[in-house]
Amino acid sequence: MSTPFEIVVCGSLVPDPLQTLEPASGPSGPSLKNEMMLPAVLDPWAGHALYEAANLALKTPGSKVRLVSLGPKAKLQQVMMTVAQKVPFELVALDGPASGFADSFETAAALAAAIEALPGLNKARLLVFGGWESASRGAGSTLQMIGERLGIAEQFLGVDQLTVLQEGSMEILERIEGGRYQVSVCAAPPAVLGWATGRLPEPRNNPQVGMANMRLIMPALQRAKAAPLANAGLCYASVSLPRQQRETRVVKDMPAEEIAREIVAWMRED
Amino acid sequence: METILLLAHTEPGGALAKPALEALAAIRELDGELIVGLVGSETQPAANQIAGCGAARILAVTGEAFAQPRYATDAAAAEALCRAAGAPIVIAPSTSRWARALPGVAYRLGGRVDTHATSLAAQNGAPAVTRWFYRQRMEAVLTRTQRPWFMLLDSGCFPAWNVPAGEAVVEAVALEAPQTRTAVTGIQAPKADEQTIRPDAKLLFVAGAGWTKKQADGAPHPKEAEELILGFLRASQSSLGGSKSLVDLSGEGEAVLGFMTHLNQIGQTGSTPRHPKGLSTCCHGEEPHVVGWRFVHQRRAVNLDPNCGWARGKADVLYVADAFEVMRHVNRLLGT
Repeated sequence: MSTPFEIVVCGSLVPDPLQTLEPASGPSGPSLKNEMMLPAVLDPWAGHALYEAANLALKTPGSKVRLVSLGPKAKLQQVMMTVAQKVPFELVALDGPASGFADSFETAAALAAAIEALPGLNKARLLVFGGWESASRGAGSTLQMIGERLGIAEQFLGVDQLTVLQEGSMEILERIEGGRYQVSVCAAPPAVLGWATGRLPEPRNNPQVGMANMRLIMPALQRAKAAPLANAGLCYASVSLPRQQRETRVVKDMPAEEIAREIVAWMRED
Repeated sequence: METILLLAHTEPGGALAKPALEALAAIRELDGELIVGLVGSETQPAANQIAGCGAARILAVTGEAFAQPRYATDAAAAEALCRAAGAPIVIAPSTSRWARALPGVAYRLGGRVDTHATSLAAQNGAPAVTRWFYRQRMEAVLTRTQRPWFMLLDSGCFPAWNVPAGEAVVEAVALEAPQTRTAVTGIQAPKADEQTIRPDAKLLFVAGAGWTKKQADGAPHPKEAEELILGFLRASQSSLGGSKSLVDLSGEGEAVLGFMTHLNQIGQTGSTPRHPKGLSTCCHGEEPHVVGWRFVHQRRAVNLDPNCGWARGKADVLYVADAFEVMRHVNRLLGT
């Protein structure tokens, strides 16, 4: 039987991708206009990490999944109402900004401190999961700094597959250039894995899982420690929306053959 | 301008790949003193390749242990080079290898890191970085006071600098390979004739979920869709992208387009590739998808809906037509 894992997933919330976003500036730096009013979702890549974590825990009895999430408490509660129905996990909430303009260095410090403080954490079996980058800051740097703070030098980024082998080692597929995968074998935890999309579909909502999760999530939200991020030393000179709006030529009633000729001619232009 | 360290890893054979030469071109714009740091099993060929770049020093961590991309060894090598160079600014190409290792190195050195930089400029004697936030939906220019400041430059934003080659003097930085529990065992790559992702292709061809929907005769034609798309990719050597809805269908095991995976996905939760031209087919061009087209310069789309997202300023040309029919003719013209 496999030895259980301690799986900690780091993930926060992002604005729903269908929302129109506009930057706004304030005394503490840039933010999104009406940020607190925008509907939010769990960061998509962090979501994939969470589903992969739950799947691994299911296949490795005794494993535990904890989601460490830094975001405004009220928004976290809103997002957890949905996420809690997907897979079983325990929430560790930190009340702070989930803004894309927050510095990954400080975010990593807050998350690493929260992981260190987890009661009964067996660091020898620790797997730190998260999205390989967020859909807000998109830095792809937070997990590595969490790993460094926790003293973990086995790190993987752009992971699409983790397979626990017979002897307990882990085979890991990481995305690399040109649509290829690098295959590595990590002898044992602890390790940090930044997930890309993984191989699992989004789980269906399960109200029973939701009810069990929410019993622990609500107290966790009440216990959420404040985690302000100062963005020290970081200065935004400007934040703007792309201006490019194209003059679209809409071509109707052109025979398909003629369209094809036009497309091929365009492809052959330098 | 402060001293800049360019970090580059070598390819098998010891040469530098295009992203490293692009980073070199970007640094040239900043006008600071340049130090080059090389990592790999062989580094002299890379140093010779850029001998004429005007670097004050070329440092190298060389050895078999540093041949394979792996966090522990890459981070140790980069850390050693940074300490030897002592440069306040560290610039590197955003390869999968450096993207994995350098944020941790920035932490070890008490510095900061900014990734996915698309432009660099000098402001008051220091660099200012341009990068995108919220999946290419807004662009910011930022500066930092902390040093060392690491910047990873996205590929395709700068022309690769054609540096005069020559004989370079390399200063070896001694480093014992760190203990690691990770072994790189191989690379999984599609066969050459099955390859659908080509980062250097002139054209990005994107297929949307419409390819799997019922057609005019009331039935879906996934087999024909597959033949048309693969035929086009072979003939044009384009790179293939997919909308999230189409990729998700494939992931759910439906018999749709067997070659389409999450690696092909373009948009909010996919990639944002850089190609000079893009042709979208059977895709509605809604915002979460089109954010992945931010760096595609010339855009054309084929869709049956004249009011789709592409018509609203997202494409240069929208052909209101049946993509099956159009692509049949395109393939014939391309000689497939």
